[in-house]
Amino acid sequence: MTVQNPPAIRRSIARNGWLWTLIRFREAGIGLFILILVIAVTLRAPSFLTIDNFEDILLNISILTIVALAQTMVIITHGIDLSVSSMIGLVAMMVAFVVKQNPEMPVIFSVLLGMALGSVLGTFNGLIITFGKVPPIIATLGTLSIYRGLVFFYSQGTWINSFELPANFKALSKGTPLGLPNMVIIAILVAIVVYYFLNYTRTGRDIYAVGSNPDAAQFAGIRKQRITFLVYMISGLLSGLAAVLWASRFESAQTNTALGFELQTVAASVVGGVSISGGVGTVTGVLLGALLLGIIQNSLTLIRISPFWQLAAQGLLILIAVISDKWILSRVERTKK
Amino acid sequence: MSEYILELKKISKSFSGVEVLHEVSFALRPGEVHALLGENGAGKSTLVKIITGVHQPDKGEILLNGEHVHFHDARESRQAGIAAIYQELSLFPDLDVAENIFAGRQPVTLGGRVDWRKLYSEAGKLLESLGVKLDLKQKARTLSIAQQQMVEIARAFSINAQILIMDEPTSSLTLHEVDDLFRLVRRLRAEGTAIIFISHRLDELFSLADRVTVLRDGSYVDTREIKDVTRDDLIRMMVGRTITNLFPKQDVQAGDVALRVQDLTRAGSFYNVGFELRRGEILGLAGLVGAGRTNVARAIFGVEPPTAGRLEVEGREVSITSPQQAIELGLAYVPEDRQLHGLIPAMSLTPNISLPTLYQHARAGWLQDKSERRSAYEAALQMEVRANNIWQFARELSGGNQQKVVLAKWLSTNPRILILDEPTRGIDVGTKAAVHALMSKLAAEGMAILMISSELPEILGMSDRIIVMREGHVTAHFSRAEATQEKIISAATQNVTIGMTQ
Repeated sequence: MTVQNPPAIRRSIARNGWLWTLIRFREAGIGLFILILVIAVTLRAPSFLTIDNFEDILLNISILTIVALAQTMVIITHGIDLSVSSMIGLVAMMVAFVVKQNPEMPVIFSVLLGMALGSVLGTFNGLIITFGKVPPIIATLGTLSIYRGLVFFYSQGTWINSFELPANFKALSKGTPLGLPNMVIIAILVAIVVYYFLNYTRTGRDIYAVGSNPDAAQFAGIRKQRITFLVYMISGLLSGLAAVLWASRFESAQTNTALGFELQTVAASVVGGVSISGGVGTVTGVLLGALLLGIIQNSLTLIRISPFWQLAAQGLLILIAVISDKWILSRVERTKK
Repeated sequence: MSEYILELKKISKSFSGVEVLHEVSFALRPGEVHALLGENGAGKSTLVKIITGVHQPDKGEILLNGEHVHFHDARESRQAGIAAIYQELSLFPDLDVAENIFAGRQPVTLGGRVDWRKLYSEAGKLLESLGVKLDLKQKARTLSIAQQQMVEIARAFSINAQILIMDEPTSSLTLHEVDDLFRLVRRLRAEGTAIIFISHRLDELFSLADRVTVLRDGSYVDTREIKDVTRDDLIRMMVGRTITNLFPKQDVQAGDVALRVQDLTRAGSFYNVGFELRRGEILGLAGLVGAGRTNVARAIFGVEPPTAGRLEVEGREVSITSPQQAIELGLAYVPEDRQLHGLIPAMSLTPNISLPTLYQHARAGWLQDKSERRSAYEAALQMEVRANNIWQFARELSGGNQQKVVLAKWLSTNPRILILDEPTRGIDVGTKAAVHALMSKLAAEGMAILMISSELPEILGMSDRIIVMREGHVTAHFSRAEATQEKIISAATQNVTIGMTQ
């Protein structure tokens, strides 16, 4: 049974130089774009390429990275979770309230509480989508409003401010006992766990399979509903973790905490090469995507783009990054053929 | 211990109120190849999915090795030793070849970590034992249909099942690949595996199967020893009537040249292709899968414009750069892959049929519902599409009926030149005969038809003239009288060492 490999494919397999290996990486395009951006910004503002500034960027993208990784898992199954920002807002408010009432409580409990609350909210999303058979974009659009509404209901419109929160809670995100801010270390740990989960567990591989071809997943004996349910639960869990870090970092919980953040998480995923049609996406890509967003935000201030223009410039750079990535990818595909 | 490894008793199943299986019984012995035969829509694929637990029966019982079983999903049936190749290609386009083979059951270490090294080495060994050469790390998306089918077969074989179900495993394989597959199936049978084999190619059943069970319209017809039945018996059992003439091509006096192709080239896929197609003529385009036949059709139709060469439509030189332009010039192209290029599965019949003629049903830019519906209804009626009503979704139809819808759609554009790419692949005998009769009628009315087909009987039976392609080049021209199977196979495979069998 010899299936003939078209000769062109054989030819490309023969191309084994290190440059080809590098370019064939899905993330090559975005990496290249980051490199160009870093060089360009450094030429304009030398203070950009300093350790302090990069630590600042890392601190700024830690929360984004955590939630974008969750978003990525959801998007790989061909879903989307728009409710992450409201889950962050609601959990941040609830945890901050509990911490305010119990200032002596060990910090780890507030983290666990946040993750537990987030899981409950994520589970609710998962139930609506799997049992209610509501398309993810609609289900989470609904809970985006519901959860945000609950923030107002729960807080009665009031904020929890810095002076109401104990010092150890505030130090959770910014303390540097290990050299880097805790928050950065937590984001790195989450990335490692998600990387292992997606690449080295059957469940992780099932996530790709379900997104790549749901019917085939069913034929292959993969429990599609369970996988779908699981990713929304994980999305809630990681949003809960992000919520605690958010309250700690900004030393407050407000009714508008993380408002609009869901779009940034989607942007980081998509810029990082996660396909909105499912089945495709890597942790490395998302890390680069989040890094790119962080660098763009940071550098626009450094090179003194007027704040009025920053949002538009941000969007423009994201589009350029995605388009150039697609372009590079299509060139690579063509040389493969 | 019963005589049978698997027994289905009086299985019934309905989908949204429509009964697709009615009290169907089926019994499988160990070490036999049992063919399951029936027209499209007879319920074979549903029966397969009930055996594998993808669907659950509404009524009836399933006995495996004499014991009652009730599978809730494909995982449970697989654990019970049942493997299946489904009719729809069911690969994961974004995963690579090796992972596709082991999807859902990747080898893991004691700690539950996916053992990638073992996965690749086992996939490699498996493909080698099947004699398939594929890059294990190639994404399934980039494989040809034949290669994808090989991966499906490898996946089913890797399970070491006691029951192996193959639903149309050969529909896109070339002859020698089919031969190799059959050798493997016979080896498994000798080892005691029970095999359920579904195919529309009756020749295959006679060369491979031990027994045959026929279904018709969701009901059980009969089970017979294959040596006790003839081809005509089977056809009669399947369709409930006798089909006397499978290839009804009438001789037609060929008219003016409708399409002239000269030195047509698309770098990378085909080179210097030339032929003439006259009104009233069916020109058969034969060759192996991947010989570039479909690419020629796509180039003529403006999907992938050629890089060099001349095209003349009805005596006028043209350069076709888009399908719209081709349609305006009186061309129609019925593509090979119905699901992908021929239909919009999530739309009902009406918009599917009216798609290329939408403008004709519009007044001042507004679509006239009534006129659109009427012409779709008439087209569906003319093609004898078997559907509940014209609002039924295209994806709910059987393969043969889907093909009729695609044909109805293109015929509604009143084309003068019709390109048919594998017009009867995977459709049942009854529909096949209907499609052939239609082709013959259209040709008699003066239509020029270019037919791409991998089925030699179809090529030989339906074509007035035949051209053969191999690796992007035209290697032979035959008239109807001079063409034989041997000549075509040899022209299609020159310098390629394969077993030349049919």
